[in-house]
Amino acid sequence: MASPAPLVAPQPALDAALKKLIGTDLLAHDFLVGEDSITVAREAVAGVMISLRDNLEYQQLMEIAGVDYPDRAERFEVVYHLLSVTKNHRLRVRVSTDEATPVPTIVPVWPNAGWLEREVFDMYGVLFAGNTDLRRILTDYGFQGHPQRKDFPLTGYTELRYSEEDKRVVYEPVRLAQDFRNFDFLSPWEGADYVLPGDEKAGGTGEGPGKGAPSPMTAEAVKKADEKAEKDKAPPPPTPKTTEKPEQTGAGAKANIKAAKTSRDGAKATATAKAKTPATKKAEKAPAKPRAPRKPKGGDA
Amino acid sequence: MTDSPQVKHHGSDMFEGYPVDTADTAGDQVVTNYTINFGPQHPAAHGVLRMVMELDGEIIERVDPHVGLLHRGTEKLIEYKTYLQALPYFDRLDYCSPLGMEHSYVLAIEKLLDLDVPARAQYLRTLFAELTRICNHMLNIGSHVMDVGAMTPNLWVFELREDCLNFFERASGARMHSAYFRPGGVHQDVPERLLYDIGEWVEKRLPKLFGDAMSLVIDNRIFKQRNVDIATVSKEDALAWGFSGPMIRGSGIAWDLRKSQPYDAYAAMEFDIPVGTRGDCYDRFMVRVEEVYQSAKIIKQCLRDMPTGPIASLDRKVVPPKRGEMKQSMESLIHHFKLYTEGFHVPAGEVYVATESPKGEFGVYLVSDGTNKPYRCKIRPTAFSHLQAMDMMAKGHMLADTTAIIGAIDVVFGECDR
Repeated sequence: MASPAPLVAPQPALDAALKKLIGTDLLAHDFLVGEDSITVAREAVAGVMISLRDNLEYQQLMEIAGVDYPDRAERFEVVYHLLSVTKNHRLRVRVSTDEATPVPTIVPVWPNAGWLEREVFDMYGVLFAGNTDLRRILTDYGFQGHPQRKDFPLTGYTELRYSEEDKRVVYEPVRLAQDFRNFDFLSPWEGADYVLPGDEKAGGTGEGPGKGAPSPMTAEAVKKADEKAEKDKAPPPPTPKTTEKPEQTGAGAKANIKAAKTSRDGAKATATAKAKTPATKKAEKAPAKPRAPRKPKGGDA
Repeated sequence: MTDSPQVKHHGSDMFEGYPVDTADTAGDQVVTNYTINFGPQHPAAHGVLRMVMELDGEIIERVDPHVGLLHRGTEKLIEYKTYLQALPYFDRLDYCSPLGMEHSYVLAIEKLLDLDVPARAQYLRTLFAELTRICNHMLNIGSHVMDVGAMTPNLWVFELREDCLNFFERASGARMHSAYFRPGGVHQDVPERLLYDIGEWVEKRLPKLFGDAMSLVIDNRIFKQRNVDIATVSKEDALAWGFSGPMIRGSGIAWDLRKSQPYDAYAAMEFDIPVGTRGDCYDRFMVRVEEVYQSAKIIKQCLRDMPTGPIASLDRKVVPPKRGEMKQSMESLIHHFKLYTEGFHVPAGEVYVATESPKGEFGVYLVSDGTNKPYRCKIRPTAFSHLQAMDMMAKGHMLADTTAIIGAIDVVFGECDR
């Protein structure tokens, strides 16, 4: 059994349709954890969206999410989530970009992309070429920086309070009474990717506090393993397993013959199979005489 | 009758074709468009919504909603918390339907873990998700009718909402921020008496009280005048603007994730999807009214079919053991300690899991890098897309209609601003 997450039927024909429709702008298509996602060329995203909407029936744009991967050359990923209400299917479209390169806007395709793009801009600083209303949306008026970036501290840089002297709200740099405590709960025995204090001579990557040991499996691998275990499970036997005959012990053909020789049933079977000896014939012919009643021994009762 | 030039009044065809006397009289002033601030502190804005409105007289020419006044950085905070620590943040998103928010999140984690959830847990979650829907609709229906001028129904349906909150309290210990749904199941089993009381309530009190309150509203002349044909949204517009939930159903599209992409025990439930015919505020309202009855139907089925058994997965690497076990078993104690300090690791991968929350499609896009904290948790709020269409919906309507439109959107800013 799988998790009780929303059931979406896979679309086996989708891959061919996407390749035909998008062509060389389709950089990758993967089907992981039961979800289809495609990566497309950044410049082509607006055109791809139009053809996905008009030809593949993805009528709704549900979400645009930014993700920051600081290690990548193009650090930001803009992730569009499309929904088809006719095919009952979801599709994830990925585009990657960096701080300077704008992504073409898709506001002409879906009007609700306006605010969603504004949010990605606000949170990550991704620019959208053609969006005429690229203002900040969630952060404060006059806010600086892009808070969802991985290098933006959780506490931010400014804090505000009401000043009784000035009779207004004042902004000040953040002063923490206690340092922000980000515990590393991950076990160093499971292969932390940083040097523990005192272990410097032993060598290591020394890349500073890492994220510790990640789970060795990916979600897709777990799903596949579970499905395989489900499939490989031996079907239940049609009849309950019993060992009433030597063949049913499962010890093999040799053992069965040997068992047949020694067991009582087996002896009888071999005896009948052989040419019957006169003695046995006689024994068989002669009806078993009832034994004479026992005579009382000695003296009278 | 004079032969003066015909003047077309703004936004109204009432005088079209009729010659109108335009000669200035004493005291006449030239009215130009002007801009007003609606909110951020406005009782009908359902929270901290600031709308910059350009008005021509009383006719709305343009609306620019400013959101984000309640932005608390939930998504950023979640990146610094373990998966379990992040759960209570979901209660605080849409504080009118807390369990609906938790539902998407726990399903997303379970999908990444590929975790099997026992049947009783699935039924309990379905039951409480539907109770949350009733609770949410009670608040929305009540405040919607109050926004357009009625007082009494609101007081009555708040009684029902209070009942729901009491049920949540009896199940989880908290009235609003329950943190009851957990990855792998639910936090604790419910007392038998609670199930019995919910059954009684759904059978007797809810239909009577709710029916009474709605009988005051749904055929009321004033209520209809304030809602019928206000902010009509066509099917095409509803799709293009990313509508979901009662908003898209009000426009006549029978789209419900509980039916089309069933999760938990919804596949076994029998219920109908109400749809509107005109796509106006009245239809959205009526869709919600009918959804309450359908939710009651689902609750009855849940109570009828509720299986016995464990209320959470028995996978001790995700779900902590019972306290009683911890007193007896060293291994349980270790599991408990590890789960509440380090937390469980979620395999690397990404999922987008959306459920039918009372307000529409509430999605969670969860990116995991294999550690015990989410790498990215993007929350797809329902109100964001709906509120964005405010300009499209309100254009050409009167200023007073704004409250009806916002009421019918069912917006809560904890969720919209995150």
